[in-house]
Amino acid sequence: MRYLLFIVVLIAGNAVAQPIKIGELNSYKTFPAFLEPYKKGWQLALEEVNAAGGVNGRALAVVSREDGGTPGEAVRVAEELITREQVTLLVGTFASHVGLAVSNLAARRKIVFIAAEPLTDKIVWENGNRYTFRLRPSTYMQVAMLVPEAARLKKRRWAIVYPNYEYGQSATASFKQLLAAAQPGVEFVAEQAPPLGKIDAGAVVQALADARPDAIFSSLFATDLQKFVREGNLRGLFRDTTVFNLLGGEPEYLDTLKDETPEGWWVTGYPWREIDTPEHRAFLAAYRARWQDYPRLGSVVGYVAMHTAANALKKAGGTDSEKLVTALKGLRMGTPFGAIEYRALDHQSTMGAYVGRLARRGGEGVMVDWRYADGARYQPPDEAVKALRKE
Amino acid sequence: MSGSAVLLQFLNGLAGASSLFLVAAGLSLIFGVTRIVNFAHGSLFMLGMYLALALMPHAGFWWSVPLAALGVAVFGALIERLLLRRLYAAPELMQLLATFALVLVIKDFALWAWGPEDMLGPRAPGLDGAVRIAGERFPEYELFLIACGPLVLGALWYLLRRTRWGILVRAATQDRDMAGALGVNQHRLFSSVFALGALLAGLGGALQLPREPATLQIDLQIIADAFVVVVVGGLGSIPGAFLAALLIGEIKAFSVALGYAEFTLAAEFVVMAIVLVLRPWGLLGRAPAMLRGPAATEPPLVAPSRGALIALAAVACALLALPLATAGYTLVLLTDVVVFALFAVSLHFLMGPGGMLSFGHAAYFGLGAYGAGLLLLKAGAPMAVALLAAPLAAASAALVFGWFCVRLQGVYLAMLTLAFAQIVWSVVYQWDAFTGGSNGLIGIWPAAWLSGRAAYYYFTLATCLAAIAFMWRMLHAPFGYALRAGRDSPLRAGVIGIDVRAHQWAAFVCAGLFAGQAGALYAFSKGSISPEALAVPRSVDGLVMVLLGGLHTLTGPVWGAALFTWLQDTVSRGFDYWRAVIGAVILLLVLVLPGGLGSLLRGRRAS
Repeated sequence: MRYLLFIVVLIAGNAVAQPIKIGELNSYKTFPAFLEPYKKGWQLALEEVNAAGGVNGRALAVVSREDGGTPGEAVRVAEELITREQVTLLVGTFASHVGLAVSNLAARRKIVFIAAEPLTDKIVWENGNRYTFRLRPSTYMQVAMLVPEAARLKKRRWAIVYPNYEYGQSATASFKQLLAAAQPGVEFVAEQAPPLGKIDAGAVVQALADARPDAIFSSLFATDLQKFVREGNLRGLFRDTTVFNLLGGEPEYLDTLKDETPEGWWVTGYPWREIDTPEHRAFLAAYRARWQDYPRLGSVVGYVAMHTAANALKKAGGTDSEKLVTALKGLRMGTPFGAIEYRALDHQSTMGAYVGRLARRGGEGVMVDWRYADGARYQPPDEAVKALRKE
Repeated sequence: MSGSAVLLQFLNGLAGASSLFLVAAGLSLIFGVTRIVNFAHGSLFMLGMYLALALMPHAGFWWSVPLAALGVAVFGALIERLLLRRLYAAPELMQLLATFALVLVIKDFALWAWGPEDMLGPRAPGLDGAVRIAGERFPEYELFLIACGPLVLGALWYLLRRTRWGILVRAATQDRDMAGALGVNQHRLFSSVFALGALLAGLGGALQLPREPATLQIDLQIIADAFVVVVVGGLGSIPGAFLAALLIGEIKAFSVALGYAEFTLAAEFVVMAIVLVLRPWGLLGRAPAMLRGPAATEPPLVAPSRGALIALAAVACALLALPLATAGYTLVLLTDVVVFALFAVSLHFLMGPGGMLSFGHAAYFGLGAYGAGLLLLKAGAPMAVALLAAPLAAASAALVFGWFCVRLQGVYLAMLTLAFAQIVWSVVYQWDAFTGGSNGLIGIWPAAWLSGRAAYYYFTLATCLAAIAFMWRMLHAPFGYALRAGRDSPLRAGVIGIDVRAHQWAAFVCAGLFAGQAGALYAFSKGSISPEALAVPRSVDGLVMVLLGGLHTLTGPVWGAALFTWLQDTVSRGFDYWRAVIGAVILLLVLVLPGGLGSLLRGRRAS
C-alpha cells in the first residue's frame, strides 16, 4: 500500500535542499508480473543514490503513478506529473503504444522522458524525438543478436510464429531481412500470426508441423509462449526443429515454464544465477538483501533507469531540460550488465542482452551456454538510422 | 492440406469448442432464467482456475477440479443471495453494473491472493501424453476435453428435461412472470440456477488448466467469447450454445490451418454478426415472451424545471470561469471529464430514450478519434476540417451498422453492436500500414490557437455543452417523444403511424455522430490515438457512466461520467488495489442508489 501511495520522499543524510522530483509512470496493474520487480529495481537505485548523498547536493524524490495501461490515461497522468507535481523528468512505461504516446507528449512539453521498457524500434527511429531516450534493447537489436546463431546453423526451411501486433510484426520483418542477408537462399515456409494473448496453440502447432520446417523463429511471450510450448512439447513439434525465441530467457517468461521448459531453444534473456561479473554480483547481493527475492529482467531495467536519471542530473549539473538532453546524449554509465552508453545518434542505450540456450535443471528452466551480446554491436548502419529519424 | 492435417485440425476445433461450451453453458443458463447479463462470469472462470491450482498440491489434479467447481458454485450462490437479490427490483441493467463491479473486485482479490505471475498448470495425471492419430501426435487431454463437452451437454439436458427443477427452469426461461404467477418460488430458483451456472464456470476454468495458464487477464477474455457463444446459440438455449461453440471452434481451427491466424481475433464476432443478421434470435433461440403490464414502460422523462435549468446554467458558468482560478492539471482532468460526459450522453440517448442497449459504443468514439487522426496525419487536412469531418465518419459507420442493429432487440441488439465494434477494432488493431496498428497514430496536436490548456478546455467545453444541450433538446422535441413511444410500446407506436425503426435508426446515427465528436476531441487532447479508444473496455466505461448516473434520468450520464473519471484519477493515485476500491464504490452506489446519481436530483425536486 505505502509504495503506490503518493510520494516516495527519501531525504538522505543531511541534504537540506528541496529534493529533485522525478515523475515515474507505469502500467502496474496491467503487467504486474513484469512491473513489480521493475518497481523494486528503481526503489533500490533510488535508495542507493540518496544514501550516497543524492545528486548535486539534493536528494531525489520519485512521484510514482499508475498509468492505467492505455495511452490516453498515461498522457493525462504524465500531464499531472508535469503540471501539478512539477517533476524534472519522466521515467517509465511498458507497452510500446503507451511509451510512444508519452514520448510524443514529452517532446511537446519539452521535458526529458526515459522510456525504460518499451521495445518498439519506432520510439527511437520513426517517432524518435529530442527529449526521449530509451533504455532496453529494442526489438531490432534483440533480433540481430539471435541472427548470427541462426545463420550459423544453416537451416534451410524456416517457419515463423509471432503475436500479431507491432512488436511481433517488426521482429518478424527484421528477422527475415537479417537472416536472408546472412544466409542467402533461406526459405520461409510458413508464417503464423495469432492474435496477442489469444493463440489457438493446438491449431498453430499443427499448422507449423504441417509445413515441415527445419527451424522456427518465434517472438511469442507470456501466456502465448506457455501455451505454445506445452502444445509443441505434447505434439513433438520441437523434436526435430530448432527453435529461436525472442525474450524467451527472461525470468519473467522462463520461470513460468518450469518442467515444460523446452531444451535447446535459442533465446535472449537474463541468466541471473550465473553472471559472475563484479558489477552483477554487487547488484545481485544488494537486491537480494533489500527484497529477499531474486531479480528479474524488469528489476535490472528499473534499477538502471533510475540510475540513468541520477547520472543525467549529475552530468547536467542542474534540472534544465535542454541541459539534460545534452547530458543524456552520449551519457556513459556502469550497469549490472557492464558499461552502456546512450547513443547520441538515436538516443538508444547500448544495454545488451544475454543470448543462450534453454535447459531444465531440477524442474526449473535455465539458460546455458550463454554470452553477453553488447547492444552497441547490434545496430543498423548510422545512415539507415538517420534516414528513419525525422529530427 | 493433407487429409491427416484436416482431421487433426478438426479435432483441435472440437477441443476448442468443448472448452468454449463449458463456460458458455453456465452463462446461458443464468441469463435464460434471471435475465442477468453476468459480466462476472469470466471472473468465476478465473476463480475456478486459481482455486484448482491452489488445491492441487493437497488434493491432486483430479480431485481439485470438482472441488474448485464446487467452491465457485458456493461463491456464486453467495453473490446471488447477498448482492443480486437486492437488485431484482432495480432497473434491469443495474445488475450488469453490479457484476461489473464484482469483476474489478475479484481481479484485485486474485492479484492479492495469488500474485501477478502467470501460472501454468500441470499436465493432467494419466492424460499427460499424446496418442498417434493419422500419423501425428495428438494430446490425450484434448481427447478428454472433446468428450467433456457432450457429456456436460447430456447432463444438462437430463437435468432440464427430466427433473422437476428443470421444468421450472424452462418455464422461467420462457416466461418468468407467468412462472412466478403460478407459484414458483423465484428466489430459490434463481439462487440454484446461479449456483449451477457458477459451478459450470468454475469447472470450465479448472479443466482448462492443462492447456492454458491462469492469468489475471483471462476473465475479460473469456467473458467476451462466452457471450458470443451464448448469443449465437440463442439466449437460454443450451444445445444452441453447443452448436455455436462447435461452429466457432472449427472456424478458428481452420483459419489457423489455412494460414489466416490473424482472422481468429475477429472470427467469433464475424460469425455472430452474420448469424444475428440472418437469425435475429440466434441459431436455436426463440423470441422472448412479451413483457406485460406497467413494468414494461419506463416513467416518462420530464422536461427539466426552471429551477433545474438555472442550476445547470450555473454549473456551466462555473465550468467556464474555472480557468481563471487554475491553469494546471485541473483543466486537463476536466477536459477528459467533459469529453466523456458527451460520450456518456450520446450512449444514454441510445440506451435510455432510444431503448437500444449498446455494448459497442466505443466504435463510434474510436472512429471519430481515428477519423480525426487520419485526416490530419495522412490527408494533411487542417485541424478544423479534421474535427468537423471526423464525427461524420463515425456517423456514417453508425448509419451502416445501425441499419442492421435496429432490426434486433434487447441483448441481441447489444451483442450485434459489440460484434461490429469488435470487427472495427480488430481491423484497426492489425492494419499496421494505415491505422498504425497496435501503436496507433502519434502526433495529433491541435493548431497553434488551441494549443494552450485553457484554450483547448474552452473549446472542448463549448462544443461538448452545445452537443449535450442539442441532444437533450431533441429528447423533448417530437422526435424524442416518438422515440420513447417506440421504446415503450412498439406496437401502439406503430399503430398511430410512427415509423419505429426509422426513428431508432436516426437515433443510432445521432448517437454515433456525437460519440464521434467526443472521440475527435479526445484525440486532439492527447496527441495520439490507439486501438484502446474503440476496444471493449471503453464501451464498458461508457455503460458504467450511464448506469451510475441513472439510465432513466436526463442529466444522470453527465454526473456518472464526472464521478467515474474523477474516481479513476484519484483512486488510482491513492491506493495500491485501486480497481477493487472503484468496484466497492460502484457496489455501494448500486445498493444505495439503484436509480443512479441522477435520481438524487429528481427526488429532491419531487419532494
